[in-house]
Amino acid sequence: MGPVIDNIDLYASGFLRSLTLAAWAAVGSLVLGLFLAVCRVSPVPVLRGFGTAYVTLLRNTPLVIVLFFFVFGVPTLGINASNYTLAVCGLIVYTASFVCEAVRSGIATVPSGQAEAARAIGLPFGMTLTQVILPQAMRAVVPPVGNVIIAMIKNSAVAGAMGVGGDLFSVYARLASAQGLPRLPVITGMAIGYMILALTAALILALLERRMAVAR
Amino acid sequence: MRSLRSLAIAGTAAAVLALTACGGGGELSDDDAAEQPTADTSATFEAGTKMAEISEAGTITIGTKFDQPGFGEANLENIPEGFDVDVAEYIAAALGVEPDSITWVPSPSAQREDLIVNGDVDLVVATYTINDARKERITFAGPYYVAGQQIMTAADNTVITGPEDLAANPDQKICSVTGSTPAENIRQYLADPSQLVEFAGYSDCAAQLESGQVQAVTTDNVILTGLVAQSDGAFKLVGEQFTEEPYGIGITKGDTAFCEFINETLQTMSDDGAYEEAWNATAGQYEGTEVPTLPTADACA
Repeated sequence: MGPVIDNIDLYASGFLRSLTLAAWAAVGSLVLGLFLAVCRVSPVPVLRGFGTAYVTLLRNTPLVIVLFFFVFGVPTLGINASNYTLAVCGLIVYTASFVCEAVRSGIATVPSGQAEAARAIGLPFGMTLTQVILPQAMRAVVPPVGNVIIAMIKNSAVAGAMGVGGDLFSVYARLASAQGLPRLPVITGMAIGYMILALTAALILALLERRMAVAR
Repeated sequence: MRSLRSLAIAGTAAAVLALTACGGGGELSDDDAAEQPTADTSATFEAGTKMAEISEAGTITIGTKFDQPGFGEANLENIPEGFDVDVAEYIAAALGVEPDSITWVPSPSAQREDLIVNGDVDLVVATYTINDARKERITFAGPYYVAGQQIMTAADNTVITGPEDLAANPDQKICSVTGSTPAENIRQYLADPSQLVEFAGYSDCAAQLESGQVQAVTTDNVILTGLVAQSDGAFKLVGEQFTEEPYGIGITKGDTAFCEFINETLQTMSDDGAYEEAWNATAGQYEGTEVPTLPTADACA
Protein backbone atom coordinates (compact mmCIF):
# COMPACT_ATOMS: atom_id res chain seq x y z
CA MET A 1 0.00 0.00 0.00
CA GLY A 2 3.07 2.25 -0.25
CA PRO A 3 1.91 4.17 -3.32
CA VAL A 4 -1.39 5.02 -1.58
CA ILE A 5 0.29 6.28 1.59
CA ASP A 6 2.85 8.28 -0.40
CA ASN A 7 0.07 10.00 -2.34
CA ILE A 8 -2.47 10.24 0.45
CA ASP A 9 -2.97 13.99 -0.14
CA LEU A 10 -3.86 13.29 -3.78
CA TYR A 11 -6.29 10.60 -2.66
CA ALA A 12 -7.77 12.99 -0.08
CA SER A 13 -8.40 15.69 -2.67
CA GLY A 14 -9.85 13.09 -5.04
CA PHE A 15 -12.08 11.80 -2.25
CA LEU A 16 -13.40 15.30 -1.50
CA ARG A 17 -14.05 15.94 -5.19
CA SER A 18 -15.97 12.66 -5.52
CA LEU A 19 -17.84 13.40 -2.29
CA THR A 20 -19.09 16.81 -3.48
CA LEU A 21 -19.94 15.36 -6.88
CA ALA A 22 -21.99 12.59 -5.28
CA ALA A 23 -23.56 14.96 -2.73
CA TRP A 24 -24.82 17.39 -5.39
CA ALA A 25 -26.08 14.50 -7.49
CA ALA A 26 -27.84 12.95 -4.47
CA VAL A 27 -29.64 16.17 -3.50
CA GLY A 28 -30.58 16.91 -7.11
CA SER A 29 -31.83 13.41 -7.89
CA LEU A 30 -33.89 13.20 -4.67
CA VAL A 31 -35.64 16.50 -5.45
CA LEU A 32 -36.21 15.68 -9.12
CA GLY A 33 -37.17 12.07 -8.32
CA LEU A 34 -39.76 13.16 -5.75
CA PHE A 35 -41.24 15.64 -8.22
CA LEU A 36 -41.44 12.92 -10.88
CA ALA A 37 -43.13 10.51 -8.46
CA VAL A 38 -45.72 13.16 -7.62
CA CYS A 39 -46.27 13.62 -11.35
CA ARG A 40 -46.79 9.90 -11.84
CA VAL A 41 -49.48 9.61 -9.15
CA SER A 42 -51.17 12.96 -9.85
CA PRO A 43 -54.70 13.07 -11.25
CA VAL A 44 -53.55 15.32 -14.13
CA PRO A 45 -53.11 13.14 -17.27
CA VAL A 46 -50.45 15.41 -18.80
CA LEU A 47 -48.25 15.19 -15.70
CA ARG A 48 -48.78 11.43 -15.45
CA GLY A 49 -47.81 11.07 -19.10
CA PHE A 50 -44.72 13.21 -18.59
CA GLY A 51 -43.63 11.20 -15.55
CA THR A 52 -44.12 7.89 -17.32
CA ALA A 53 -42.33 9.04 -20.46
CA TYR A 54 -39.40 10.40 -18.45
CA VAL A 55 -38.91 7.22 -16.46
CA THR A 56 -39.27 5.03 -19.55
CA LEU A 57 -36.69 7.06 -21.45
CA LEU A 58 -34.04 7.57 -18.76
CA ARG A 59 -34.32 4.28 -16.90
CA ASN A 60 -33.70 2.37 -20.11
CA THR A 61 -30.70 4.39 -21.31
CA PRO A 62 -27.18 3.41 -20.21
CA LEU A 63 -25.63 5.94 -17.85
CA VAL A 64 -22.57 6.34 -20.07
CA ILE A 65 -24.78 7.46 -22.92
CA VAL A 66 -26.64 9.94 -20.71
CA LEU A 67 -23.29 11.37 -19.59
CA PHE A 68 -22.01 11.45 -23.18
CA PHE A 69 -25.13 13.35 -24.14
CA PHE A 70 -24.47 15.97 -21.46
CA VAL A 71 -20.69 16.29 -21.77
CA PHE A 72 -20.40 16.07 -25.57
CA GLY A 73 -23.90 16.85 -26.86
CA VAL A 74 -25.21 19.72 -24.74
CA PRO A 75 -22.19 22.02 -25.38
CA THR A 76 -22.75 21.76 -29.14
CA LEU A 77 -26.15 23.40 -28.55
CA GLY A 78 -24.27 26.48 -27.39
CA ILE A 79 -24.70 25.73 -23.65
CA ASN A 80 -21.20 25.78 -22.18
CA ALA A 81 -20.97 24.79 -18.53
CA SER A 82 -18.03 23.08 -16.88
CA ASN A 83 -17.75 19.32 -17.43
CA TYR A 84 -18.26 18.95 -13.68
CA THR A 85 -21.64 20.70 -13.78
CA LEU A 86 -22.67 18.77 -16.88
CA ALA A 87 -21.68 15.45 -15.32
CA VAL A 88 -23.64 16.26 -12.14
CA CYS A 89 -26.66 17.12 -14.31
CA GLY A 90 -26.28 13.81 -16.16
CA LEU A 91 -26.12 11.85 -12.89
CA ILE A 92 -29.17 13.70 -11.52
CA VAL A 93 -31.26 13.19 -14.63
CA TYR A 94 -30.39 9.49 -14.76
CA THR A 95 -30.72 8.69 -11.04
CA ALA A 96 -33.98 10.65 -10.66
CA SER A 97 -35.82 8.06 -12.75
CA PHE A 98 -34.86 5.36 -10.24
CA VAL A 99 -35.65 7.58 -7.23
CA CYS A 100 -39.06 8.26 -8.80
CA GLU A 101 -39.88 4.57 -9.02
CA ALA A 102 -38.64 3.90 -5.47
CA VAL A 103 -40.83 6.71 -4.11
CA ARG A 104 -43.79 5.47 -6.13
CA SER A 105 -43.34 2.00 -4.69
CA GLY A 106 -43.47 3.61 -1.23
CA ILE A 107 -46.66 5.47 -2.11
CA ALA A 108 -48.18 2.16 -3.19
CA THR A 109 -47.62 0.74 0.31
CA VAL A 110 -50.05 3.26 1.80
CA PRO A 111 -53.50 1.64 1.82
CA SER A 112 -55.87 3.29 -0.65
CA GLY A 113 -58.30 3.81 2.23
CA GLN A 114 -55.98 6.54 3.51
CA ALA A 115 -56.31 8.55 0.31
CA GLU A 116 -60.04 7.90 0.18
CA ALA A 117 -60.45 9.08 3.76
CA ALA A 118 -58.45 12.20 3.03
CA ARG A 119 -60.61 12.96 0.00
CA ALA A 120 -63.73 12.24 2.06
CA ILE A 121 -62.84 14.96 4.57
CA GLY A 122 -62.37 17.35 1.64
CA LEU A 123 -58.57 17.57 1.31
CA PRO A 124 -57.41 18.56 -2.18
CA PHE A 125 -54.79 16.38 -4.02
CA GLY A 126 -51.83 18.45 -2.85
CA MET A 127 -52.77 18.23 0.82
CA THR A 128 -53.75 14.56 0.56
CA LEU A 129 -50.25 13.90 -0.74
CA THR A 130 -48.22 16.10 1.61
CA GLN A 131 -50.26 15.60 4.80
CA VAL A 132 -51.44 12.01 4.51
CA ILE A 133 -49.76 9.87 1.87
CA LEU A 134 -46.11 10.98 1.72
CA PRO A 135 -45.44 11.02 5.49
CA GLN A 136 -46.54 7.39 5.63
CA ALA A 137 -44.85 6.48 2.35
CA MET A 138 -41.45 7.89 3.39
CA ARG A 139 -40.94 5.14 5.94
CA ALA A 140 -41.22 2.50 3.27
CA VAL A 141 -39.20 4.57 0.82
CA VAL A 142 -35.96 4.88 2.81
CA PRO A 143 -34.45 1.44 2.04
CA PRO A 144 -35.11 1.39 -1.74
CA VAL A 145 -34.04 5.04 -2.16
CA GLY A 146 -30.94 4.20 -0.15
CA ASN A 147 -30.11 1.49 -2.66
CA VAL A 148 -30.51 3.95 -5.50
CA ILE A 149 -28.28 6.55 -3.84
CA ILE A 150 -25.55 4.02 -3.08
CA ALA A 151 -25.68 2.80 -6.68
CA MET A 152 -25.39 6.44 -7.77
CA ILE A 153 -22.29 7.01 -5.64
CA LYS A 154 -20.63 4.10 -7.40
CA ASN A 155 -21.92 5.28 -10.77
CA SER A 156 -20.24 8.63 -10.14
CA ALA A 157 -16.93 6.90 -10.99
CA VAL A 158 -18.14 6.87 -14.59
CA ALA A 159 -18.34 10.65 -14.45
CA GLY A 160 -14.64 10.60 -13.61
CA ALA A 161 -13.94 9.38 -17.14
CA MET A 162 -15.91 12.33 -18.54
CA GLY A 163 -13.32 15.03 -18.07
CA VAL A 164 -14.53 16.01 -14.58
CA GLY A 165 -10.99 15.93 -13.29
CA GLY A 166 -9.58 15.63 -9.80
CA ASP A 167 -11.93 12.90 -8.58
CA LEU A 168 -10.92 9.51 -7.21
CA PHE A 169 -11.10 7.86 -10.61
CA SER A 170 -8.69 10.34 -12.22
CA VAL A 171 -6.32 9.94 -9.27
CA TYR A 172 -5.99 6.34 -10.37
CA ALA A 173 -5.19 7.32 -13.96
CA ARG A 174 -2.61 9.83 -12.80
CA LEU A 175 -0.78 7.50 -10.47
CA ALA A 176 -0.98 4.26 -12.43
CA SER A 177 -0.63 5.46 -16.04
CA ALA A 178 1.32 8.70 -15.88
CA GLN A 179 3.59 7.96 -12.94
CA GLY A 180 3.75 4.24 -13.61
CA LEU A 181 3.09 3.15 -10.02
CA PRO A 182 2.01 -0.47 -9.47
CA ARG A 183 -1.63 -0.72 -10.38
CA LEU A 184 -2.94 -3.11 -7.74
CA PRO A 185 -2.36 -0.89 -4.67
CA VAL A 186 -3.45 2.21 -6.61
CA ILE A 187 -6.74 0.57 -7.61
CA THR A 188 -7.23 -0.78 -4.08
CA GLY A 189 -6.79 2.73 -2.69
CA MET A 190 -9.41 4.04 -5.11
CA ALA A 191 -11.81 1.22 -4.16
CA ILE A 192 -11.38 2.01 -0.46
CA GLY A 193 -12.21 5.65 -1.21
CA TYR A 194 -15.49 4.72 -2.90
CA MET A 195 -16.25 2.23 -0.15
CA ILE A 196 -15.93 4.94 2.50
CA LEU A 197 -18.33 7.11 0.49
CA ALA A 198 -20.90 4.34 0.07
CA LEU A 199 -20.63 3.12 3.67
CA THR A 200 -21.11 6.66 4.99
CA ALA A 201 -24.24 6.97 2.90
CA ALA A 202 -25.47 3.59 4.18
CA LEU A 203 -24.84 4.70 7.77
CA ILE A 204 -26.83 7.90 7.32
CA LEU A 205 -29.67 5.91 5.78
CA ALA A 206 -29.69 3.41 8.65
CA LEU A 207 -30.00 6.28 11.15
CA LEU A 208 -32.79 7.78 9.07
CA GLU A 209 -34.60 4.47 8.93
CA ARG A 210 -34.44 4.08 12.70
CA ARG A 211 -35.75 7.58 13.30
CA MET A 212 -38.62 7.11 10.89
CA ALA A 213 -39.61 3.74 12.23
CA VAL A 214 -43.04 3.89 13.80
CA ALA A 215 -44.71 1.05 15.57
CA ARG A 216 -47.77 0.10 13.60
CA MET B 1 -29.30 32.68 -32.72
CA ARG B 2 -29.57 31.23 -36.19
CA SER B 3 -25.84 31.35 -36.79
CA LEU B 4 -25.27 29.92 -33.32
CA ARG B 5 -27.48 26.98 -34.11
CA SER B 6 -25.88 26.21 -37.46
CA LEU B 7 -22.53 26.44 -35.76
CA ALA B 8 -23.75 24.00 -33.15
CA ILE B 9 -24.93 21.59 -35.83
CA ALA B 10 -21.59 21.85 -37.59
CA GLY B 11 -19.93 21.27 -34.24
CA THR B 12 -21.97 18.14 -33.57
CA ALA B 13 -21.25 16.80 -37.03
CA ALA B 14 -17.56 17.43 -36.63
CA ALA B 15 -17.56 15.91 -33.17
CA VAL B 16 -19.26 12.81 -34.51
CA LEU B 17 -16.74 12.72 -37.34
CA ALA B 18 -13.87 13.13 -34.96
CA LEU B 19 -15.26 10.35 -32.76
CA THR B 20 -15.86 7.91 -35.56
CA ALA B 21 -12.83 8.73 -37.67
CA CYS B 22 -10.43 7.94 -34.83
CA GLY B 23 -7.09 7.98 -36.56
CA GLY B 24 -8.78 7.61 -39.92
CA GLY B 25 -8.60 10.90 -41.80
CA GLY B 26 -5.76 12.72 -43.43
CA GLU B 27 -5.38 10.43 -46.41
CA LEU B 28 -2.31 11.18 -48.45
CA SER B 29 -2.98 11.46 -52.15
CA ASP B 30 -0.97 9.23 -54.46
CA ASP B 31 0.19 12.11 -56.67
CA ASP B 32 2.17 13.63 -53.84
CA ALA B 33 3.75 10.43 -52.56
CA ALA B 34 7.51 10.46 -52.69
CA GLU B 35 9.10 8.51 -55.50
CA GLN B 36 9.87 4.99 -54.37
CA PRO B 37 13.58 4.55 -53.86
CA THR B 38 15.29 2.10 -56.20
CA ALA B 39 17.17 -0.70 -54.54
CA ASP B 40 20.95 -0.46 -54.65
CA THR B 41 21.62 -4.01 -55.79
CA SER B 42 25.33 -3.36 -56.22
CA ALA B 43 25.78 -2.84 -52.48
CA THR B 44 28.07 -5.36 -50.83
CA PHE B 45 28.61 -5.86 -47.13
CA GLU B 46 31.11 -7.58 -44.92
CA ALA B 47 30.09 -11.19 -44.41
CA GLY B 48 28.40 -12.01 -41.14
CA THR B 49 26.84 -8.59 -40.60
CA LYS B 50 23.12 -7.93 -40.40
CA MET B 51 23.44 -5.87 -43.60
CA ALA B 52 24.94 -8.79 -45.52
CA GLU B 53 22.24 -11.11 -44.20
CA ILE B 54 19.41 -8.80 -45.33
CA SER B 55 21.10 -7.95 -48.62
CA GLU B 56 21.55 -11.61 -49.54
CA ALA B 57 18.00 -12.54 -48.58
CA GLY B 58 16.64 -9.60 -50.56
CA THR B 59 13.84 -9.20 -48.03
CA ILE B 60 13.44 -7.29 -44.79
CA THR B 61 10.84 -7.16 -42.03
CA ILE B 62 10.13 -3.69 -40.66
CA GLY B 63 7.91 -2.65 -37.77
CA THR B 64 5.97 0.60 -38.05
CA LYS B 65 2.77 2.20 -36.81
CA PHE B 66 -0.37 1.44 -38.80
CA ASP B 67 -2.49 4.15 -37.16
CA GLN B 68 -0.37 7.28 -37.08
CA PRO B 69 -1.40 9.77 -39.78
CA GLY B 70 1.58 11.29 -41.56
CA PHE B 71 4.11 8.80 -40.16
CA GLY B 72 2.76 5.30 -40.52
CA GLU B 73 -0.88 4.80 -41.42
CA ALA B 74 -2.23 1.78 -43.29
CA ASN B 75 -3.98 2.52 -46.57
CA LEU B 76 -6.96 0.58 -47.89
CA GLU B 77 -4.67 -2.24 -49.05
CA ASN B 78 -3.27 -2.38 -45.49
CA ILE B 79 0.12 -1.09 -46.67
CA PRO B 80 1.42 1.63 -44.33
CA GLU B 81 2.23 5.08 -45.71
CA GLY B 82 3.99 8.03 -44.13
CA PHE B 83 7.29 9.55 -43.17
CA ASP B 84 8.47 6.59 -41.08
CA VAL B 85 7.63 4.28 -43.97
CA ASP B 86 9.58 6.40 -46.46
CA VAL B 87 12.62 6.49 -44.17
CA ALA B 88 12.41 2.72 -43.73
CA GLU B 89 12.09 2.17 -47.48
CA TYR B 90 15.16 4.32 -48.08
CA ILE B 91 17.19 2.23 -45.64
CA ALA B 92 15.87 -0.98 -47.21
CA ALA B 93 16.86 0.29 -50.66
CA ALA B 94 20.38 1.01 -49.43
CA LEU B 95 20.52 -2.65 -48.38
CA GLY B 96 19.42 -3.73 -51.84
CA VAL B 97 15.81 -4.55 -50.90
CA GLU B 98 13.01 -3.44 -53.22
CA PRO B 99 10.04 -1.67 -51.52
CA ASP B 100 7.81 -4.55 -52.67
CA SER B 101 9.97 -7.04 -50.80
CA ILE B 102 9.45 -5.36 -47.42
CA THR B 103 7.21 -7.12 -44.91
CA TRP B 104 5.47 -4.53 -42.73
CA VAL B 105 4.58 -5.44 -39.16
CA PRO B 106 2.17 -3.26 -37.14
CA SER B 107 4.09 -2.05 -34.08
CA PRO B 108 1.92 -0.47 -31.38
CA SER B 109 3.86 1.52 -28.79
CA ALA B 110 3.69 -1.15 -26.09
CA GLN B 111 5.02 -3.97 -28.31
CA ARG B 112 7.98 -2.38 -30.03
CA GLU B 113 10.79 -3.59 -27.76
CA ASP B 114 9.39 -7.12 -27.72
CA LEU B 115 9.23 -7.26 -31.52
CA ILE B 116 12.93 -6.41 -31.71
CA VAL B 117 14.07 -8.60 -28.82
CA ASN B 118 12.15 -11.61 -30.15
CA GLY B 119 13.65 -11.11 -33.61
CA ASP B 120 10.24 -10.68 -35.25
CA VAL B 121 11.47 -7.61 -37.11
CA ASP B 122 14.84 -6.41 -38.44
CA LEU B 123 14.18 -2.81 -37.46
CA VAL B 124 11.44 -0.60 -36.04
CA VAL B 125 10.64 2.83 -37.44
CA ALA B 126 7.52 3.78 -35.51
CA THR B 127 7.47 7.29 -33.93
CA TYR B 128 9.83 5.65 -31.46
CA THR B 129 11.12 8.06 -28.81
CA ILE B 130 14.70 7.40 -27.73
CA ASN B 131 14.95 7.06 -23.95
CA ASP B 132 17.17 5.33 -21.44
CA ALA B 133 14.60 2.80 -20.27
CA ARG B 134 14.23 1.48 -23.81
CA LYS B 135 18.00 1.49 -24.41
CA GLU B 136 18.21 -1.22 -21.74
CA ARG B 137 16.67 -3.70 -24.17
CA ILE B 138 17.44 -2.40 -27.66
CA THR B 139 19.79 -0.10 -29.57
CA PHE B 140 18.64 3.07 -31.30
CA ALA B 141 20.03 4.40 -34.57
CA GLY B 142 19.28 8.01 -35.41
CA PRO B 143 17.46 10.15 -34.34
CA TYR B 144 15.93 10.96 -37.71
CA TYR B 145 13.30 13.38 -36.39
CA VAL B 146 12.67 15.36 -33.23
CA ALA B 147 9.01 15.54 -32.24
CA GLY B 148 7.77 17.54 -29.27
CA GLN B 149 4.72 18.45 -27.26
CA GLN B 150 2.73 21.27 -28.78
CA ILE B 151 -0.65 22.96 -28.42
CA MET B 152 -3.64 22.89 -30.76
CA THR B 153 -6.44 25.45 -30.58
CA ALA B 154 -9.49 26.41 -32.59
CA ALA B 155 -8.49 28.26 -35.77
CA ASP B 156 -9.96 31.56 -34.48
CA ASN B 157 -8.27 31.43 -31.05
CA THR B 158 -5.97 34.43 -30.52
CA VAL B 159 -5.54 34.10 -26.74
CA ILE B 160 -3.31 31.03 -26.57
CA THR B 161 -0.05 31.25 -28.49
CA GLY B 162 1.98 28.91 -26.29
CA PRO B 163 1.95 27.06 -22.96
CA GLU B 164 2.85 30.25 -21.06
CA ASP B 165 -0.50 31.82 -21.95
CA LEU B 166 -2.39 29.23 -19.89
CA ALA B 167 -1.29 30.62 -16.52
CA ALA B 168 -2.18 34.15 -17.58
CA ASN B 169 -5.67 33.06 -18.72
CA PRO B 170 -7.16 30.82 -16.02
CA ASP B 171 -10.48 30.66 -17.89
CA GLN B 172 -8.82 28.77 -20.74
CA LYS B 173 -9.04 24.98 -20.43
CA ILE B 174 -6.71 22.47 -22.04
CA CYS B 175 -7.44 18.82 -22.84
CA SER B 176 -5.13 15.83 -22.93
CA VAL B 177 -5.37 12.09 -22.49
CA THR B 178 -5.90 10.73 -18.97
CA GLY B 179 -2.65 9.58 -17.40
CA SER B 180 -0.45 10.50 -20.37
CA THR B 181 3.01 12.08 -20.15
CA PRO B 182 1.87 15.23 -22.03
CA ALA B 183 -0.93 15.68 -19.46
CA GLU B 184 1.64 15.59 -16.65
CA ASN B 185 4.00 17.92 -18.54
CA ILE B 186 1.38 20.62 -19.01
CA ARG B 187 0.47 20.83 -15.29
CA GLN B 188 3.42 23.09 -14.49
CA TYR B 189 2.09 25.71 -16.94
CA LEU B 190 -1.37 25.95 -15.32
CA ALA B 191 -2.63 28.57 -12.90
CA ASP B 192 -5.24 26.13 -11.57
CA PRO B 193 -5.38 22.30 -11.79
CA SER B 194 -8.98 22.48 -13.03
CA GLN B 195 -7.68 24.00 -16.27
CA LEU B 196 -6.63 20.50 -17.30
CA VAL B 197 -9.45 18.37 -18.69
CA GLU B 198 -8.63 14.70 -19.23
CA PHE B 199 -10.34 12.21 -21.52
CA ALA B 200 -9.61 8.68 -22.65
CA GLY B 201 -8.63 9.55 -26.22
CA TYR B 202 -7.49 12.42 -28.40
CA SER B 203 -10.64 12.27 -30.51
CA ASP B 204 -12.61 13.05 -27.31
CA CYS B 205 -10.37 16.07 -26.76
CA ALA B 206 -10.97 17.17 -30.35
CA ALA B 207 -14.74 16.92 -29.79
CA GLN B 208 -14.41 19.00 -26.62
CA LEU B 209 -12.40 21.61 -28.51
CA GLU B 210 -14.99 21.63 -31.28
CA SER B 211 -17.85 22.26 -28.81
CA GLY B 212 -15.96 24.94 -26.89
CA GLN B 213 -15.69 22.98 -23.63
CA VAL B 214 -11.92 23.36 -23.83
CA GLN B 215 -9.87 25.99 -25.66
CA ALA B 216 -6.79 23.89 -26.38
CA VAL B 217 -5.50 20.34 -26.73
CA THR B 218 -1.94 19.28 -26.03
CA THR B 219 0.19 16.26 -26.90
CA ASP B 220 3.01 15.40 -29.33
CA ASN B 221 2.93 17.54 -32.47
CA VAL B 222 2.78 14.35 -34.54
CA ILE B 223 -0.63 13.40 -33.15
CA LEU B 224 -1.89 16.98 -33.26
CA THR B 225 -1.01 17.42 -36.94
CA GLY B 226 -3.19 14.39 -37.67
CA LEU B 227 -6.08 15.99 -35.77
CA VAL B 228 -5.56 19.33 -37.51
CA ALA B 229 -5.65 17.49 -40.84
CA GLN B 230 -8.96 15.84 -39.95
CA SER B 231 -10.53 19.08 -38.70
CA ASP B 232 -10.95 20.66 -42.13
CA GLY B 233 -9.47 23.98 -41.04
CA ALA B 234 -11.27 24.22 -37.68
CA PHE B 235 -8.09 23.64 -35.63
CA LYS B 236 -4.53 24.97 -35.82
CA LEU B 237 -1.20 24.37 -34.13
CA VAL B 238 0.17 27.25 -32.07
CA GLY B 239 3.57 28.07 -30.59
CA GLU B 240 6.75 26.09 -30.54
CA GLN B 241 7.32 22.53 -29.39
CA PHE B 242 8.15 22.75 -25.69
CA THR B 243 9.50 19.23 -25.12
CA GLU B 244 11.89 17.11 -27.18
CA GLU B 245 11.04 13.60 -28.28
CA PRO B 246 13.83 12.35 -30.57
CA TYR B 247 12.59 9.54 -32.81
CA GLY B 248 15.08 6.73 -33.38
CA ILE B 249 15.20 3.49 -35.32
CA GLY B 250 15.12 0.46 -33.06
CA ILE B 251 17.45 -2.49 -33.79
CA THR B 252 18.83 -5.46 -31.88
CA LYS B 253 20.79 -4.38 -28.82
CA GLY B 254 24.48 -4.05 -29.41
CA ASP B 255 24.49 -4.23 -33.23
CA THR B 256 26.83 -1.26 -33.63
CA ALA B 257 27.70 -1.98 -37.27
CA PHE B 258 24.02 -1.93 -38.32
CA CYS B 259 23.43 1.20 -36.25
CA GLU B 260 26.34 3.00 -37.94
CA PHE B 261 25.14 1.86 -41.35
CA ILE B 262 21.68 3.30 -40.66
CA ASN B 263 23.13 6.59 -39.44
CA GLU B 264 25.26 6.87 -42.62
CA THR B 265 22.23 6.05 -44.75
CA LEU B 266 20.16 8.72 -42.97
CA GLN B 267 22.93 11.24 -43.68
CA THR B 268 22.91 10.27 -47.37
CA MET B 269 19.13 10.55 -47.39
CA SER B 270 19.41 14.08 -46.05
CA ASP B 271 22.26 15.03 -48.43
CA ASP B 272 20.56 13.84 -51.62
CA GLY B 273 17.27 15.58 -50.77
CA ALA B 274 15.24 12.38 -50.32
CA TYR B 275 14.69 13.23 -46.63
CA GLU B 276 13.04 16.57 -47.38
CA GLU B 277 11.14 15.08 -50.30
CA ALA B 278 9.80 12.28 -48.08
CA TRP B 279 8.72 14.78 -45.44
CA ASN B 280 6.92 17.01 -47.93
CA ALA B 281 5.09 14.02 -49.40
CA THR B 282 3.88 12.75 -46.01
CA ALA B 283 3.68 14.57 -42.66
CA GLY B 284 4.70 17.83 -44.36
CA GLN B 285 1.33 17.99 -46.10
CA TYR B 286 -0.35 18.98 -42.85
CA GLU B 287 -0.67 22.66 -42.16
CA GLY B 288 1.53 24.14 -39.47
CA THR B 289 4.39 21.69 -39.95
CA GLU B 290 7.88 22.78 -40.95
CA VAL B 291 10.42 20.82 -42.95
CA PRO B 292 12.77 19.31 -40.35
CA THR B 293 16.51 19.08 -40.75
CA LEU B 294 18.11 15.74 -39.94
CA PRO B 295 19.22 15.85 -36.29
CA THR B 296 22.79 14.91 -35.46
CA ALA B 297 23.01 11.18 -34.92
CA ASP B 298 23.72 9.84 -31.43
CA ALA B 299 26.80 7.68 -30.93
CA CYS B 300 26.10 4.01 -31.62
CA ALA B 301 26.50 1.99 -28.46
